[in-house]
Amino acid sequence: MPTFVHTEKCDGCKGGAVTVCMYICPNDLMKLDTARMKAYNQEPDQCWECQCCVKACPQQAIEVRSFADWVPMGGAVIPMRTDNAIMWTIKFRDGEIKRFKFPVRTTAVGSINPYANKPEAGDLRDQRLFTEADKKLPTIAS
Amino acid sequence: MSEPSFGNPQIIEHETDILIVGGGMAACGAAFEARRWAGNDVKITLVDKAAMDRSGAVAMGLSAINTYLGQNTPEDYCRYVSADLMGITRDDLVFDVGRHVDDSVHLFEEWGLPVWKEKSTEGVALKDGGKPVRSGRWQIMINGEGYKTIVAEAAKKALGIENIFERVFIVKFLLDAKESNQIAGAVGFSVREHKLYVFKAKAVLDVAGGAVNVFRPRTTGEGMGRVWYPVWNAGSTYAMAAEVGAELTMMENRFVPARFKDGYGPVGAWFLLFKSKAVNGFGEDYVVKNADLLSQFAPYDKAFVVPSCLRNHAMLKEMKEGRGPILMDTPAAMAKLSATMTPKEVKHLEAEAWEDFLDMCIGQAGVWAGLNVRPEQTASELMPTEPYLLGSHSGCCGIWVSGPEDIAPPEWQWGYNRMTTVKGLFSAGDGVGASGHKFSSGSHAEGRIVGKTMVRFCRDHKEFKPTFKTDIKTITEEIYRPVRNYLEHRDKTTAEDVNPYYITPRMFQMRLQKIMDEYVAGVSTYYQTNGKLLEMATNYLGMLKDDSVHMRAKDLHELMRAWENYHRLWTGEAHMRHITFRTETRYPGYYYRADYPNLDDANWKCFVNSRFDPDTKQWTLKKVPHKDLVPKTYGAAKH
Repeated sequence: MPTFVHTEKCDGCKGGAVTVCMYICPNDLMKLDTARMKAYNQEPDQCWECQCCVKACPQQAIEVRSFADWVPMGGAVIPMRTDNAIMWTIKFRDGEIKRFKFPVRTTAVGSINPYANKPEAGDLRDQRLFTEADKKLPTIAS
Repeated sequence: MSEPSFGNPQIIEHETDILIVGGGMAACGAAFEARRWAGNDVKITLVDKAAMDRSGAVAMGLSAINTYLGQNTPEDYCRYVSADLMGITRDDLVFDVGRHVDDSVHLFEEWGLPVWKEKSTEGVALKDGGKPVRSGRWQIMINGEGYKTIVAEAAKKALGIENIFERVFIVKFLLDAKESNQIAGAVGFSVREHKLYVFKAKAVLDVAGGAVNVFRPRTTGEGMGRVWYPVWNAGSTYAMAAEVGAELTMMENRFVPARFKDGYGPVGAWFLLFKSKAVNGFGEDYVVKNADLLSQFAPYDKAFVVPSCLRNHAMLKEMKEGRGPILMDTPAAMAKLSATMTPKEVKHLEAEAWEDFLDMCIGQAGVWAGLNVRPEQTASELMPTEPYLLGSHSGCCGIWVSGPEDIAPPEWQWGYNRMTTVKGLFSAGDGVGASGHKFSSGSHAEGRIVGKTMVRFCRDHKEFKPTFKTDIKTITEEIYRPVRNYLEHRDKTTAEDVNPYYITPRMFQMRLQKIMDEYVAGVSTYYQTNGKLLEMATNYLGMLKDDSVHMRAKDLHELMRAWENYHRLWTGEAHMRHITFRTETRYPGYYYRADYPNLDDANWKCFVNSRFDPDTKQWTLKKVPHKDLVPKTYGAAKH
């Protein structure tokens, strides 16, 4: 189910060297055609359909079309993601539409402070992780 | 020096103390933990071939965390992992993950991951006594679309963005010139710029995921990337470790998940949360029906939960004898659940069913939408997939590592926890063998364990100054060879993809997949092979390896594919050699040695370890005794 890019919506991320979809694709598939300033999937049959690029695109220019060698035409699964929730639109081949909304995060993006209010590093030679300073670790009873 | 260009890369040398190769759950755990222990004297660098926010197996998200112990003990966890993997696992490693894993899950929740709670404790954090919604004894439900973005944010902040290289693909580890069998660094290239990176490090963490598309997938055409595990996992973890002489273990083990057909959608929530039944085409429960068949693999058929491979074994018998399709009876399950529910609760149930796909396997939702499948109305086909090689999910192939000092018996420890048999080379997650069922949370926890250990290693080896055994020029030439092949020969034919002087990475991969599928027990033979077929595989894989030096790369993207497929080849070869060595059928339903169709506990209740000698270029395989550290029973029988 490869991604495709709507020609009229893609703005090539306004001339940056790396578009958002290029930045995020875990499999390095999205590529910018610098002549047209439009992104495209350079290897559609290696697409995992993770929709990471679809979720990240600032123009909502990317969609996924199910792999044509098996799935009948007409269906679609479209996400709309904010920092805290995701809304899914599922369009069936027969035209029915379903919508679902799920939370994705309970804290503000960028708010993680990894070591705040955490113990300092303890004894490097014992088995405890630094957050387990107060814990007595079990071992296998022999 | 002239401006860097394709075929003329800039060589960048970078010195660090700890080099983390990979950006997934284990890598993020390692970064988070190691940075806390490392003072200003230990430098940490992370290299990811993608972008950390969405890299690794959790890139798309997950609908559940499959390892959260809660009230269970680490001993129970050892028993469960051992049973599902037919008795041969390292209790020391499994126990170690078990005693740390909940701490990682508590951090995820603190960082912002939504975890489902029982109504009685809604809004209460797990660490404060909140009761998770369990879909199984070990699994808890989450709203996990953003799981990886959250875990990556913590790791990136811990490490500092200046210590992270994204879009750099490490392809080889480098041994030290002075100390024998000691790691000195790694080398790779940018997939964005004409830059080749050479990293010097005291400790290297090999956490680059499992192996996908070593075998020909069931999907075809445009769907070939829509496989179960992430398509970008190329076995780099195993290949790079093997090439520098690290001992591998249980590389004969593989995972063949039974999933929703064509989209590879998860079945766990359907089985465990929605209590759905899977039946053959005649409506029969194939596991119950084939109990006698499974008893041939005693005592493991008596495990509390029937091992995954045995369930597949029963399924395959039905398919082979023409009693397909295998169907997940979703309408019956939903009807039963909704019988006692309000309309609002039924709507919520439907949303939960879809979320299971949308969080972690969107493609399956697409398949259902395109086929007009509504789970409350239409049952869906299940199908065992092509084989996958991995060490963190329900498989246990990987690298042989030293165990925790306070648990591991002397023969399973030779220094630092999670260090491979190559000094200074460590692993975690999919990389560590003989200890599956870590999943996302366990991989993060194992990354943390090794993160701490590596800091200790660096402190203990302050004086060690890595120097490379091979000179950088030779290494860089080797890595850029596919580019040279292309530039030298591309104009000799009128269409550059068909050229007798080189092979495209794509055709190389297809050749590998055909060999593995047809000779090493892929789907086309119903997962069967034998000594003769394996002998032929050895020959064909040998020729493929010879041809690997003729791969071409027309751009940096294809250079990445060339090296990924080189790693797939090594992983496939190791798998083939192990299957050849283990003359029994330990994992029916995953693969069959048709010439040795039975389980043979008398001779083969042991690990199989292998080593490629980087000096002589020879592989050696051996049996390594197994023992249970945690007592186990199956029915009345002791293990």
